[in-house]
Amino acid sequence: MKTFYWLLKREFWEHRGGFLWAPIVTGGVFLVLNVMAIITAEVLSARHGVRIGGNDIQMMMQHADAGDWKQVGAAADIAMISSMGFIGIVMGIVVLFYCLGSLYDDRRDRSVLFWKSLPISNTSTVLSKVVSAAVVAPVIAVVVSIICGLVQLFIFAIVLSFHGINVWQLLALSHPLRAVASLVSNVPLYALWALPAVGWLMLCSAGARSKPFLWAVAVPVVLGLMVSWFNIMGLFNLSSAWFWANVVQRALLSVFPGSNLVFDKHSALNMGEMNDNDPLAVLSPMHTYGLLASPDLWIGVIAGLALIAAAVWFRRVRDDS
Amino acid sequence: MNAVVTATGLNKTYKNAHALNDVSFRIESGRIVGLIGPNGAGKTTALKAILGLTDFKGELNVLGFDPRTQRDQLMEQVCFIADVAVLPRWIRVSEAIDFVANVHPRFNRAKCEAFLARTKLTPKQRVKQMSKGMIVQLHLALVMAIDARLLVLDEPTLGLDILYRKQFYQSLLEDYFDENKTIIVTTHQVEEIENILTDLMFIRDGRIVLDTDMDTVGERFAEVMVSADKAATARSMKPLDERQVFGKSIFLFDGADRATLESMGEVRRPTVSDLFVATMKGTYA
Repeated sequence: MKTFYWLLKREFWEHRGGFLWAPIVTGGVFLVLNVMAIITAEVLSARHGVRIGGNDIQMMMQHADAGDWKQVGAAADIAMISSMGFIGIVMGIVVLFYCLGSLYDDRRDRSVLFWKSLPISNTSTVLSKVVSAAVVAPVIAVVVSIICGLVQLFIFAIVLSFHGINVWQLLALSHPLRAVASLVSNVPLYALWALPAVGWLMLCSAGARSKPFLWAVAVPVVLGLMVSWFNIMGLFNLSSAWFWANVVQRALLSVFPGSNLVFDKHSALNMGEMNDNDPLAVLSPMHTYGLLASPDLWIGVIAGLALIAAAVWFRRVRDDS
Repeated sequence: MNAVVTATGLNKTYKNAHALNDVSFRIESGRIVGLIGPNGAGKTTALKAILGLTDFKGELNVLGFDPRTQRDQLMEQVCFIADVAVLPRWIRVSEAIDFVANVHPRFNRAKCEAFLARTKLTPKQRVKQMSKGMIVQLHLALVMAIDARLLVLDEPTLGLDILYRKQFYQSLLEDYFDENKTIIVTTHQVEEIENILTDLMFIRDGRIVLDTDMDTVGERFAEVMVSADKAATARSMKPLDERQVFGKSIFLFDGADRATLESMGEVRRPTVSDLFVATMKGTYA
């Protein structure tokens, strides 16, 4: 256990830039852009004397009914979780390239000889990298998003308070705790969902003599093209599109958080019917954990574990130089 | 004596080359063994087999473990320094020490820090900011602080200046080696290690062509400087090698009669590099 902790720590040391600084910088840029947008809006409205919805916001607030208040709360909630969108994309890219390099970079610079001269099994080494990609990176991204979201909410509250709206009232309308809980609840689901992609990318990383990226992309895409061309899936009463969505995309793109929401058509439909005033519902475990009932997830998990086992084997036998 | 490494019938073929061709040997505890051979002779393959870094055919027992399947247990007892730049470039001195201290049960942190105190390395320094010599100093400090039974060195001083090279072997002898430890070393700079070796192994084209201890080398091999008039006699005794210096011939004999040799001229013990050159004649031809 202690060894495994230090293996994770080693991964963090090596990839501090991607795991920690990339989300922080993204969050920071996101906040700065928001502040600039607010300032622009304020300047424009002041210069042109634009009064939103009548005399001013305060007037509007006085005439707002319960539904309107809910919308204000929803807007605040969106402000809370929107940073996760950007940070999530960046994190997906980081995890993708982390996996591709994880078992390849040290072979290329020969430092694998140093790591292998320590009493650590190949299995623990590979698993520590899987955990770094599927758990450590997303946890850091979520924590950064939460901090970023709270700052965002705080900024909005301050800006609105200049317009005579009570900060506490606004905060009471939003659901920061629920937003935090929803974001956190998606971490385990992400780990399961991302497993086939993590496994595939790490297998390429462990096996490729050179250019793991090319292998990782070319193999599924060429397979997909062959499947489409010869319509092999017709044999199983499935369309080629099924193969592209369930194999090619899963192998490459499941490392992007939220890809499960896009993938799950059923839930995507549900999303449309969802209450506009409750944006958090998209991320709520009530909604997302429906995926646990789907065989797509579990088949992916099994495929991911098989790919990781193959990566461990390659880690042992791949002998460069 | 107890054997640290026992190899029987090792075979390893790469696509076109026989890297190990039915190699058998035994290394006892408390020895410093020089594994010496030309480029591509199979030295590194043999070391990699011992370290469990490559697959092979045949039987190999290292400290009671099979390196193919028990590498992680074996590595508690075995340390390895490959030719310089194998420490990861991103790691800091302090991180390297922390990591090894926490994953290696036989690592002595105080010892490691004491070694490093004698160098210019600072805890915050990253490997990529170090010279080759400094990287080896760090690696050596890490390895010497591990109480291992077998230390494998593959061209450890490649690319280092003479100060670092001298210091490297000196530290090993003074602060590390004792009768419970065994060192296997490969290098092309034979002169530097010949006085620290206890055993000598020559490898050529995947075969062990000489496996002996240094005392036997002195008894078995002899070099005689012979003047021109006796050269023909010497030649008739089937010398391993002949070379000319200042109009005299130097012959290298394997197992020739001492008294006969002494009657022909001045006899001395050949250096390992002369022996090596004689043994490996025609390797690249």
